Amino acid sequence: MAEPLVTMEGIDKHFPGVHALDGASFELLPGEVHALLGENGAGKSTLMKILCGVYQPDGGTIRIKGREVHIPNPRAAQELGISIIHQELNLMPHLTVAQNIFIGREVRGRIPFFLDDSRLNDRARELFERLHLDLDPRARVGSLTVARQQMVEIAKAISFDSDVLVMDEPTAALTDTEIEELFRVVRQLREHGVGIVHISHRLEEMKQIADRVTVMRDGRYIATLPIAEAPLPTIINLMVGRTIYEEAPSAPTSGEQEVVLEVRGLQRGRMVRDVSFKLHRGEILGVAGLVGAGRTEVARAIFGADPLESGEVYVHGRKVDIRSPADAVRAGIGYLSEDRKRFGLAITMDVETNIVIASIRRFLAFLGQVNTRATRATAQQFVERLNIKTPSIRQRVRNLSGGNQQKVIIGKWLVADTDILIFDEPTRGIDVGAKSEIYHLLNELAAQGKAIVMISSELPEVLRMSHRIIVMCEGRVTGELNGRDATQESIMTYATMRESLAA
Amino acid sequence: MQLTIPRRMTFVRGGAVQRFLAFAALLVMIVAFSLLSPNFLQFNNIVGILLATAVNGVLALGVTFVIVSGGIDLSIGTVMTLSAVMTGLVATNLGLPIQLAIPAGILTGGLAGMVNGVIIAKLKVPSFIATLGMLNVARGLALVLAGLAPIYFNRTPEFNEAAMSSVTAAVIPGLAIPNVVLVFFLAAIVASLVLSRTVLGRFTFALGSNEEATRLSGVNVDRWKIAVYTVSGLFAGLAGVMIAARLNSAQPSLGVGYELDAIAAAVIGGTSLSGGEGSILGTVIGAFIISTLTNGLRILSVPQEWQTVVTGAIVILAVYLDIVRRRGQQ
Repeated sequence: MAEPLVTMEGIDKHFPGVHALDGASFELLPGEVHALLGENGAGKSTLMKILCGVYQPDGGTIRIKGREVHIPNPRAAQELGISIIHQELNLMPHLTVAQNIFIGREVRGRIPFFLDDSRLNDRARELFERLHLDLDPRARVGSLTVARQQMVEIAKAISFDSDVLVMDEPTAALTDTEIEELFRVVRQLREHGVGIVHISHRLEEMKQIADRVTVMRDGRYIATLPIAEAPLPTIINLMVGRTIYEEAPSAPTSGEQEVVLEVRGLQRGRMVRDVSFKLHRGEILGVAGLVGAGRTEVARAIFGADPLESGEVYVHGRKVDIRSPADAVRAGIGYLSEDRKRFGLAITMDVETNIVIASIRRFLAFLGQVNTRATRATAQQFVERLNIKTPSIRQRVRNLSGGNQQKVIIGKWLVADTDILIFDEPTRGIDVGAKSEIYHLLNELAAQGKAIVMISSELPEVLRMSHRIIVMCEGRVTGELNGRDATQESIMTYATMRESLAA
Repeated sequence: MQLTIPRRMTFVRGGAVQRFLAFAALLVMIVAFSLLSPNFLQFNNIVGILLATAVNGVLALGVTFVIVSGGIDLSIGTVMTLSAVMTGLVATNLGLPIQLAIPAGILTGGLAGMVNGVIIAKLKVPSFIATLGMLNVARGLALVLAGLAPIYFNRTPEFNEAAMSSVTAAVIPGLAIPNVVLVFFLAAIVASLVLSRTVLGRFTFALGSNEEATRLSGVNVDRWKIAVYTVSGLFAGLAGVMIAARLNSAQPSLGVGYELDAIAAAVIGGTSLSGGEGSILGTVIGAFIISTLTNGLRILSVPQEWQTVVTGAIVILAVYLDIVRRRGQQ
């Protein structure tokens, strides 16, 4: 067997409140495409970011071609022959395609410090020719579609002529033809002895391209198998194979229950296109889809955080005009953002303040003074009811774990007493134990008659929690499923239902 | 993937639109003022406008780099003063030749800028705060070094002469554009080349466009940030030498407020305060808009306090137009 290009062993990584990697290991051989699989939050991206010098591990060893190395920054990774296609686009929108690809490796002119952009463009053109890409080196990246930006990112990673190429979900924004193109390039690189790590959620893709798979779960290494010995059910089993947190809730048959929220023909830019759905009392409506399918955008539009171009929102059958989050709260809608720290919490303030802040009017006494006795009592009550682990209600929420922060936000909306709760990725960045508590809480809230929209990228979560599931792709609702009949496969089918290319 | 997705073309870059608007506004202003007052287009008045533009313009050139990189530099006004004082100190108090005093002044500015850059890049202090601190540090140092009083260039009368005389008059008789104005034009050409053609310029745009992406591309972001603030400081130093030469003295209490006029010039000229966009040509036009406006209003006998009000309103208008344009692009 050839000497491995990359060997990672016992890699540990903690983030505040999360144990992202727990003794993870990984091995990459020259000339192989190695699929790295796992659910969201399994630690795949974190592991690869450590390999690429974006994060520093808390423990473990990395060997490149047998030599133990330390990778302090992205530049060091490049020098070791490792390049990465990041999951999020990491481009400079104001610069041209060629300028982006060769940033930091500019073609210099004859005079020191001066650039030779025409030769830069030539080099980019040669690269595109080699890769059979149809891109204009002089186009401003900001003016390209997301798919084309993704191709720029891919071309950039390949332009390093690295021994190791990490692709972190490069296909999420690509059409099938573009994916074919990408795979053709990948096979070409494989023949030249490049080791390729492929992270993707599309399991069918693996069959097409991968030689071996490594499965991760909850930050740990689970198994490595040759693709021939790994049929899909086996892989899924390895990926999911953990105790089920919560029995699927007994579904109240929709239709009998009152429709609490109905949206019709919501429209906003490219991310929200003609979205309509109904939400019943006591129901958990799962919203599934790939990253960037427009789910968060729909939630923000309903909540009044972003203005709608057109469309109607009905609450309890009455049409409401929501122009701001304040309007939404008045109409009885609460939104729990996917990004807790930026949008969900006053992070430097204490638990008490965060719990009462959305309903502060109810706690006002004479001359606008805050009735602190009442706020304290309320905060205390919800800390107990939601089992928030905090030394006191005076604790700053910044110091709580992700799960407990999420519970504080839930507490906030329970105090605000909104009938409709929109949860956007409620368990993102939360450890397994706290997840199960959040699930329990969601079921309890639904049982009490709240209507819940749950946006989630974790398919098992959607499947376990939802009474009904709508699936989005490219800003449209592409399918609706009954929670009981839905499977990962059926959701994925709808989630990848792209518009025909002719459109 | 041949043409599977229609490529969206942008025929005109965003900044170019703003630049064109600014240039059109400048022309309209010139026409309006010359119709309203016969004195406006007098050669002497035009020289007055040029002189008023030169110092502010050089400051604006430097701060354009910083703003394009996504930062801000509030210290340029007082760093200019500190550099002027340093020039005076070397020429008058130490009695050294002016040929040494000029580089001393410019390098003082560069040093102050480099300190800004180190504080911002290495200590991660936000540029607004770091340069606000430097504003006061430089102001205080200027007063300390000058001993609270102006320094006059008594020993080096050739300094002021060189600034106010004109090499163009020698070539084309009658076209007496003061040398200090020519220095501004020369500085603008250099700045333009650096921003659009050199490695430094490329990274300045890259930083302002997406700093994290630049870092992940393996670029030593800290080093280039420090370079950007050093450039801003060097231009402030040059402005200091120019204002000292014009006034034939270093006035240590001057300087506060200059930074805002310079930032305004850059913004009016289409430099985006959120970074990644901007041009030297735009900044030069912006600087001329401010000085032309001030000059024209003065000729029309509008009181000074109202001139300030109008300049402020123009800046808000320029930024608002920029925001409207951006919204249209999305």
